[in-house]
Amino acid sequence: MITTERDLITIENLREVRERARVKLDGRLKGVSGIAAWEGGYKLTGPFYEKQQRVVLRNCGIIDPENVEEYVALGGYSALAMLLKDWDPKRVIDEMTRSNLRGRGGAGFPTGRKWAEAYRHDVPQKYIICNADEGDPGAFMDRSVLEGDPHSVLEGMAIAGYAVGADMGFIYVRAEYPLAVERLRTAIAEAHERGLLGERILGSDFSFDIELRLGSGAFVCGEGTALMESIEGKRGMPRTKVYRTSHRGLWDCPTIINNVETFANVPVILEKGVDWFLGIGTEDSPGTKVFCIVGKVNNAGLVEVPMGTTINEIVYGIGGGAADGREVKAVQTGGPSGGCIPKSLFDTPVDFGSLARIGSIMGSGGMVVMDDTDCMVDIARFFLDFTVDESCGKCVPCREGTKRMLELLEKITKGKGEEGDLEALSELGEVITSTSLCGLGQTAATPVISTLHYFRSEYEAHVRDKKCPAHSCKELLEYFITEKCIGCTKCARVCPSACISGKVKERHVIDASRCVKCGACQAACPTGAIIKQ
Amino acid sequence: MKNVTLTINGKTLSVPSGTTVFDAARSLGVEIPALCHHESLPVVSACRLCLVEVEGSRKLQTSCSLLATDGMKVQTETPRLIKYRRAILQLLLDSHPNDCLTCQKAGECLLQKYAYQYGVTFREHDGARRPAQTDLSSPYIVKDDSKCILCGRCVRTCDQVEKERQVLAFAGRGYATRIVADDDKTLETSKCVSCNRCVSLCPVGALLDRRIMGKVRPWEAEVRVKECRSCDYGCHFDVYYKDGKAVAVKARAPEPGRPLCLRGRLMTELLWLERPDTPWRKIGGKFVKASWVKVLGLQRLIDKMELLDAPGDRQ
Repeated sequence: MITTERDLITIENLREVRERARVKLDGRLKGVSGIAAWEGGYKLTGPFYEKQQRVVLRNCGIIDPENVEEYVALGGYSALAMLLKDWDPKRVIDEMTRSNLRGRGGAGFPTGRKWAEAYRHDVPQKYIICNADEGDPGAFMDRSVLEGDPHSVLEGMAIAGYAVGADMGFIYVRAEYPLAVERLRTAIAEAHERGLLGERILGSDFSFDIELRLGSGAFVCGEGTALMESIEGKRGMPRTKVYRTSHRGLWDCPTIINNVETFANVPVILEKGVDWFLGIGTEDSPGTKVFCIVGKVNNAGLVEVPMGTTINEIVYGIGGGAADGREVKAVQTGGPSGGCIPKSLFDTPVDFGSLARIGSIMGSGGMVVMDDTDCMVDIARFFLDFTVDESCGKCVPCREGTKRMLELLEKITKGKGEEGDLEALSELGEVITSTSLCGLGQTAATPVISTLHYFRSEYEAHVRDKKCPAHSCKELLEYFITEKCIGCTKCARVCPSACISGKVKERHVIDASRCVKCGACQAACPTGAIIKQ
Repeated sequence: MKNVTLTINGKTLSVPSGTTVFDAARSLGVEIPALCHHESLPVVSACRLCLVEVEGSRKLQTSCSLLATDGMKVQTETPRLIKYRRAILQLLLDSHPNDCLTCQKAGECLLQKYAYQYGVTFREHDGARRPAQTDLSSPYIVKDDSKCILCGRCVRTCDQVEKERQVLAFAGRGYATRIVADDDKTLETSKCVSCNRCVSLCPVGALLDRRIMGKVRPWEAEVRVKECRSCDYGCHFDVYYKDGKAVAVKARAPEPGRPLCLRGRLMTELLWLERPDTPWRKIGGKFVKASWVKVLGLQRLIDKMELLDAPGDRQ
């Protein structure tokens, strides 16, 4: 029988569907620039991609995410079909445990162990949740997977459902990702149509369905239990953990919650085999990790590399170093929960253990590169400002403590820091870290603690000398006209507060008491005579 | 039920499995400080004061949510815990108005009690404070947001009387979080029924019984517990006596199956107080002064009594 693009896909005809779809895909991709055939599939070409190893992003930018056949053409749903045909759930869990796939949402909890816990509880209702509430500033790993390869997530969730005995899944995706939401809707509808979701998946006895739930802009809803509260229709506040969520989670039922990237890993691990997966990355953290490298870097974008790749290789090898010929000073990993890593530690391999040892975290994969014009105190203030805004307000240390910490940092960056402020910051940091209820609070102080540790001299300069070494904090800098001035008067003409005086063809002078530090004069100066000091 | 044996501050005890460390400690006579926890409410672990150290774990755990297990060794008052408790109390005091001198809650305020116990005091600072927003719309309850520590006890107890109440909720985020009635209405315009459950559980002076204010302070009162006669539930109320005179009635903490209500409270006032204040009824989202007959729905009873009293009926 010849299958068509409308037929139900079953375990029996999957191979035939794949072969037919592959011919079509090959035809479509023939001669498309930037995509080349590779290892039986395809890869993106070009210097930015050469040094990457794309496992999670294997299909992104290659297949049409709105056409399930293209996903199938490159091996999609074959892992699920294989399990449904020959594997019992226990074997799936054992293999996932052996793969040591660690949660890609940031904490690195072993996926297999989580699944095993939910599997153990023999109750009629269990749930699978995909956490797609990606909220770290400057991070869009999950968005890219959802937009570029939504079926890999659906398949991963269905596999999890089969393994632990759940028939219902939710994808909690932030509403600020309209395209991802759209693509997921299309993918779920298409999967339903083709028998890949819903009743009797792939013609087997296994049924599994997925619904979307849209977040409403609260960062804390990325925390697993707050997310479950939100799905239940309550205010998104983290729960206290009397039980693990794999025991009592959504509506008190055993619930597996994994991140988008974790689920996207699952089908390919089972399809290509656990041994293949264990061959990538490090023993502590096998596999690859997607990073979102942004900030003052030449090649910003999504980077997927094996775990254990050094920061140097990512920032310089792939990212191409600092932009505008400047000097890289630090990299911040893990978003607002992560720490700033100084350049001197850039030979650190990026895996869960190594990053923790140097006071940062893997996090979901944000990587913000900073150069010598970035003030580390101000960076800490920026991230804390974010956390203060996003704290749910439930527990005292996070709600009250981060606010006080931010007030201290604002004071310091405004040049009003006093003796004792740095000690107060350290102490508050310790209290917030040790006593907060959820991950958001427990890591809220990390940007401050890590910058205090690695860049203490910058803090001291702010407090003692009332100077910002990076010339970034407005209140702590002065614009000054050097002898390079040719007296062209351009600066005086653009100055909005008319604080620059001087005769034509003579060196001009800025009246610092009236200067609003807008920087317009510096931009207008043709000889680069105006400096910040 | 199976028992588990654990050690708290060096003392070993057995408790039924499923018991929290907080309750186990209490049964030993060890009091762990807590602001958000109350036996009648779901556990939320929000105040973080009840953190304890468990041997073998670097991470501190909230004793209100931690289930006792066999062989568990718990410490409840280590230098590390005391340091953190002091820091948490300081954070709360930094956002709290320094008016214990005139606060009606003084003497029974848990924040005051723990601040005293751990030696934490108010201090001057230039930072933010919770804005003073006092809701005086209700003749029964004063809601003062500036004193609120956001423990959520009020929200949880209000939530327990389904459909009829469920008035209070958290609103806002982070430092700007507040407790609001319905969608940020006043107590008068909201569907609050003035049952005072929230007042009875508020650990600080953020929700106060307005009818007791200025009359008596806890340390000068003799309190007698009275069972309400208004209906079959038999809720409990405290009657406050000052100089031998009954001056005020206050709702006791809600108990299982005893929801507390305004009618019962007013009935108790009428029964016990020497000079009860004028009662108020909420009609169409407005409080209006009412007669006792109206408030307690006594008209039918009075009519009947009058009928029985009618001279024509006398033999």
